[in-house]
Amino acid sequence: MDFKEKLVSSFLAFEEEYTGSNDDLRNIRSQAIKDFETIGFPGKKEEAYKYTSLKSVLKEDYNIFPKGENSLEYRDIQKYLIHEIDTYDLVFIDGVYSSHLSSTTHDKIDACLMSSAINKDQYKPVIDNYFNKIAPKNGLNSLNTAFTKEGAFIHIHKNTMADKPIQIINFSTGNESSLFVQPRNLIVVDENSHCQIIERHQSLTEQPVLTNSVTEVFADKRAIVDYYKIQNDNLSASLIDNTFIEQQSESFCSVHTFSLGGKLTRNNLNFYQKGERIDSTMKGITLIEGKQHVDHNTLVHHTQPNCESHQDYKGIFDDKSVGVFNGKVYVDKIAQKINAYQSNNNVLLSDRATINSKPQLEIFADDVKCSHGCTIGQLDEEALFYLESRGIPKKEARGLLMYAFANNVLESVKIPEIKKRINKLIAKKLGIELGFHL
Amino acid sequence: MLKIKNLHASIEDKEILKGIDLEINAGEVHAIMGPNGSGKSTLSSIIAGREEFDQTQGEIIFEDTEISEMDPDERAHRGIFLSFQYPVEIPGVSVTNFIRTAINAHRNANGQENMPANEMLKKIREKSEMLGIDRKFLSRSLNEGFSGGEKKRNEIFQMAMLDPKLSILDETDSGLDIDALKTVADGVNSLKSKDKSVLLITHYQRLLNYIVPDFVHVMVDGKIVKSGGKDLAKELDERGYEWIKTEKAV
Ligand SMILES: Nc1ncnc2c1ncn2[C@@H]1O[C@H](COP(=O)(O)OP(=O)(O)OP(=O)(O)O)[C@@H](O)[C@H]1O
Ligand SMILES: [Mg+2]
Repeated sequence: MDFKEKLVSSFLAFEEEYTGSNDDLRNIRSQAIKDFETIGFPGKKEEAYKYTSLKSVLKEDYNIFPKGENSLEYRDIQKYLIHEIDTYDLVFIDGVYSSHLSSTTHDKIDACLMSSAINKDQYKPVIDNYFNKIAPKNGLNSLNTAFTKEGAFIHIHKNTMADKPIQIINFSTGNESSLFVQPRNLIVVDENSHCQIIERHQSLTEQPVLTNSVTEVFADKRAIVDYYKIQNDNLSASLIDNTFIEQQSESFCSVHTFSLGGKLTRNNLNFYQKGERIDSTMKGITLIEGKQHVDHNTLVHHTQPNCESHQDYKGIFDDKSVGVFNGKVYVDKIAQKINAYQSNNNVLLSDRATINSKPQLEIFADDVKCSHGCTIGQLDEEALFYLESRGIPKKEARGLLMYAFANNVLESVKIPEIKKRINKLIAKKLGIELGFHL
Repeated sequence: MLKIKNLHASIEDKEILKGIDLEINAGEVHAIMGPNGSGKSTLSSIIAGREEFDQTQGEIIFEDTEISEMDPDERAHRGIFLSFQYPVEIPGVSVTNFIRTAINAHRNANGQENMPANEMLKKIREKSEMLGIDRKFLSRSLNEGFSGGEKKRNEIFQMAMLDPKLSILDETDSGLDIDALKTVADGVNSLKSKDKSVLLITHYQRLLNYIVPDFVHVMVDGKIVKSGGKDLAKELDERGYEWIKTEKAV
């Protein structure tokens, strides 16, 4: 039985477990499994998966239902959290919520669980309004929707500044010989509200893990959402991250994605602008080696005038690693006066590393400013000699240049501790001791 | 301090240095002049360890050690400093962070701990004031968007911070206005001592009025064709290089 069949045939058992009263949700999930059955996983024939084959990660015989809460101690996981600052934490272990490692809240903001949101009546209006409203029907989204059970549920009520960042951390313990997890997150940020989210997927052993995560974000008028994704997983862990963000007028949303580890990482990041004077920002640093594979597939859909989007992705690829960047920008006919910037700059450190970079601009309005640029190069030998001649050893000099190359992506990070953490992770990956700070 | 014997170097099979002999003793200032493309920058970057060039023959001896096979950073740790004719722009690394990294690299290579932050700051303040460098400058990205003169001044600032034994200044004077030339020259002079040496590469006599050389060499087509005292520079300034080429031909 292949993985798809296994998933489809497991659905009934999964559905019977659900005891909540939300019939709409029941219907959405039944429809979704039918859709998944028809569509299946994306194959290489699909344009969007031309350079990223899921075949190698789908051949594993994954466990779909984790056996229960596998306990972890705080000291084992502390280093994976941004623990230097006060945060709300939503911690999941093998897909199951861990209450003793989490700190939730219902004080002006809800930072809690998808499982309660879909089971409790008080959340029904929000679920009805927002759940599964922007994730388009496709194999991966439908599969996640069908098995929606757990994840983060965040609701920032009108005129509220979330008082601390919210971390969503998914651990896999390796107690399941190989594991398939599908977190489902819903983040609703009402008018004039603000929140910061940090998301991480972390496998704690070398057992294979595949994560197919779906996150829907709604930013109402003048909302500000800053989202940070830290992807630094083990070589046996793969991640398909599907994130959808809908923005209303004058909202500002940014997503920073730091892809520093993992076997295969595919980021499907989609912004839908539904009002005027919206700013959407996407930034990423990819730093990989070996046979690692990181794919950024982005979309910004400008549907209204006077908006901006900014995309800035930097990649450094060593050994036989593979990078893919596919950035789509759609500008509808009525969306005049749009500024859309896109840049994707890459450094290949080895002859065998590859990068496939493809901008895709479809512009139907006539008064827009769109720019895109893509570079692929090696480290500048002249700059390297300059640094070495000042006494900086070659390894550090290379590190410094790579660091400098990626560094401007960190400038827009608003949480200094994240900046520091990423800085350190990059320095460690480059094998250098950075004798300086930002 | 530096002894170069019969140095030949080429790039992509094109011979650029065709047998250079040069000896610089501790405390001396030497100047090399010569037409464009004669190989002056090539010589300086080979001394500093640039790997792009093939050193096909000859020796480079620094303080009794043959350094031809050494990496550039090790040469720097031993006390060689090259001020670039065209300093490289490095966006994303500030001047301060760069100099801190460089100084600590020197210290670590000599088995010393990193320089304490307050000592570093004090030194930075002192040297930047001496060279009339605005503090705001130090937080900018290294050489990025610096004017020609600012780049050169920044090279001398780094030299002052690193306090090398042998300073090679490749056309540090070009791009400097008169005032800046004087400040930079004062900076170089203040670092001079009986155990330090300077190799100046320049096209202009003007710099040599401020930093007075003990010896002047003329380089033509990859060879040193004439050497003399400081008066040779004046003569070159007045007469150009043609007469030397002719003299040599004769
Ligand atoms: N990377 C290189 N590749 C090919 N040729 C080179 C390279 N670097 C230098 N050369 C050549 O070597 C010769 C000497 O160049 P060099 O820069 O040393 O001259 P220079 O004396 O410093 O000239 P200038 O006074 O213009 O600075 C020139 O003909 C130059 O074109
Ligand atoms: Mg030159």
